[in-house]
Amino acid sequence: MSKFQAFMDWVDHRLPVTVTFEKHMSKYYAPKNFNFWYFFGVFSMLMLANQILTGVWLTMSYTPTAEGAFASVEYIMRDVQLGWLIRYMHSTGASFFFIVVYMHMFRGLMYGSYQKPRELIWIFGMFIYLMLMAEAFMGYVLPWGQMSYWGAQVIISLFGAIPVIGGDLVEWIRGDFLISGITLNRFFALHVIALPLVIVALVVLHILALHEVGSNNPDGIDIKKHKDEEGRPLDGVPFHPYYTVHDLVGIVVFLFVFCAVLFFAPEGGGYFLEKPNFEEANGLKTPEHIAPVWYFGAFYTILRAWTIDLPFLSSQLGGVILMGAAIAILFVLPWLDRSPVRSWRYKGWITRINLVIFSLFFILLTWLGTQPASGLYQILGQVGTFVYFAWFITLPIISSKEKTKPVPERVPG
Amino acid sequence: MSNDGVNHGRRRFLIATTSVGGGIGAVGVAVPFVKSWTPSEKAKAAGAPAKADISKIEPGAMITVAWRGKPVYIVRRTDESIALLDSLNDRLKDPANDNKDQQPAYADNVARSRKPEVAVIEGVCTHLGCAPKYHPEVKPEPFDTEWKGGFFCPCHGSRFDLAGRVFSGSPAAANLKVPPHSYLDENTLIIGVDEENS
Repeated sequence: MSKFQAFMDWVDHRLPVTVTFEKHMSKYYAPKNFNFWYFFGVFSMLMLANQILTGVWLTMSYTPTAEGAFASVEYIMRDVQLGWLIRYMHSTGASFFFIVVYMHMFRGLMYGSYQKPRELIWIFGMFIYLMLMAEAFMGYVLPWGQMSYWGAQVIISLFGAIPVIGGDLVEWIRGDFLISGITLNRFFALHVIALPLVIVALVVLHILALHEVGSNNPDGIDIKKHKDEEGRPLDGVPFHPYYTVHDLVGIVVFLFVFCAVLFFAPEGGGYFLEKPNFEEANGLKTPEHIAPVWYFGAFYTILRAWTIDLPFLSSQLGGVILMGAAIAILFVLPWLDRSPVRSWRYKGWITRINLVIFSLFFILLTWLGTQPASGLYQILGQVGTFVYFAWFITLPIISSKEKTKPVPERVPG
Repeated sequence: MSNDGVNHGRRRFLIATTSVGGGIGAVGVAVPFVKSWTPSEKAKAAGAPAKADISKIEPGAMITVAWRGKPVYIVRRTDESIALLDSLNDRLKDPANDNKDQQPAYADNVARSRKPEVAVIEGVCTHLGCAPKYHPEVKPEPFDTEWKGGFFCPCHGSRFDLAGRVFSGSPAAANLKVPPHSYLDENTLIIGVDEENS
């Protein structure tokens, strides 16, 4: 027995290292037909690691006070050695995080990765998405620029639309009678400690739930139905080394793209870091045009889509309810899709066209959220909101009525 | 009583009472964490009144004063704009100040102020808290072809007249707030205090 083997035996009797590695890596059988879309899960993990690492370094030079925050970010950008790089890795990284998460979610929609028995994976994923939105919102407040301040003002004021408790709730969240250094300081605490802990815990649950039932694949075939005499799925390959090495190639290509943006367009043309945010927060002056960062665009457009006042439902509360519903409805998706097959490859044309339309409208809503809501844009936003909800509401009918193609027993090819 | 020597009824009772006791304890522990988020004594004390010299405001002009960190707009209205206020009623959501929370009793009049020529209005949009912009000119604007002068919020397009009353069709539901204010003398306005010499 080698020295290493002896050491591992010693450890394994005290901590299940080898068993755990085998269960989740070297004996975790993933379908052999993963395609391009299956890179985005690992890219999300990469961006999470990037955000945590660069975030920890940023806290070393950042000051979470109304007086010092803006100047400390400028200090990081100008004086801290390579501070600009760490800061841009974090701020550009946030946008890339959302890009890969949106791609990852789209993959789930195409191949029915949320369907039985993967409902919990989807729900944990949605919680991660929700927590990421909170994390990104609070992070955007920290530089204490004009958009930080007024974005926070608008988003926190949303809670004021809740009847009876709204006013007190807003005051409780801000900890003051307006957005102030008190609000900034607590957002800092939540952004760097509380929410990252929750997100990491949710990612662990997301992966544990995935490994319990096994990964889906572009054909939506259950690879566990056909196993060899040792119980290994015939259409699966061990995650390590096959997919670890395969993913490394994807990561290299992804990092090329990330670095190109990071070094040549870190502010994303005003979409990743908006221009008014380079001016310090001023509570007396609202910027001409307040827009959220692009990744909140779709929900912001939905928020603005409700413009009529009803006797018991003001346009403000109506918008907040619409936006809340737009996020909540994502959670129940596994129970809205009644199709007997998972992948859109074996579903009908209507499902495929609907998903493409839904996705295009989601992109349109996202873009509209960054634009002023007037005239044509307002109407487009309302049409887009209608399409968004219509897709979910019609899904149970279409998916249960539509004729599907037979799913092959084994992965083709 | 079961025959394995375990009193299941008593065990269930003890588990239930212990859980309820623990639950009450957990709620108790949550109190300091929840309470610590409410405004601190320092934040409460920061709401000192703000003084403003209004002698230099020309008719039609506006100054902005910070009170509790919020912008307060002080406008010296022209006679023409005061005369216009009455004519707007059928375009407004709340022309008669029915929402009493939005102004002190002494400002519950057409001009929503102590003196008709001096408007004192919080520059905090009642929709989502942006600071509306001052557009005093009577001329067609991109957001309103029959604009008679007032405030326009750039965030979500709420429109208010020169008394801070919200126009129908705005996302905001309430008129802009009139803060408590009073006059120390002819030219000195104090914001945050209802009565003179108090």
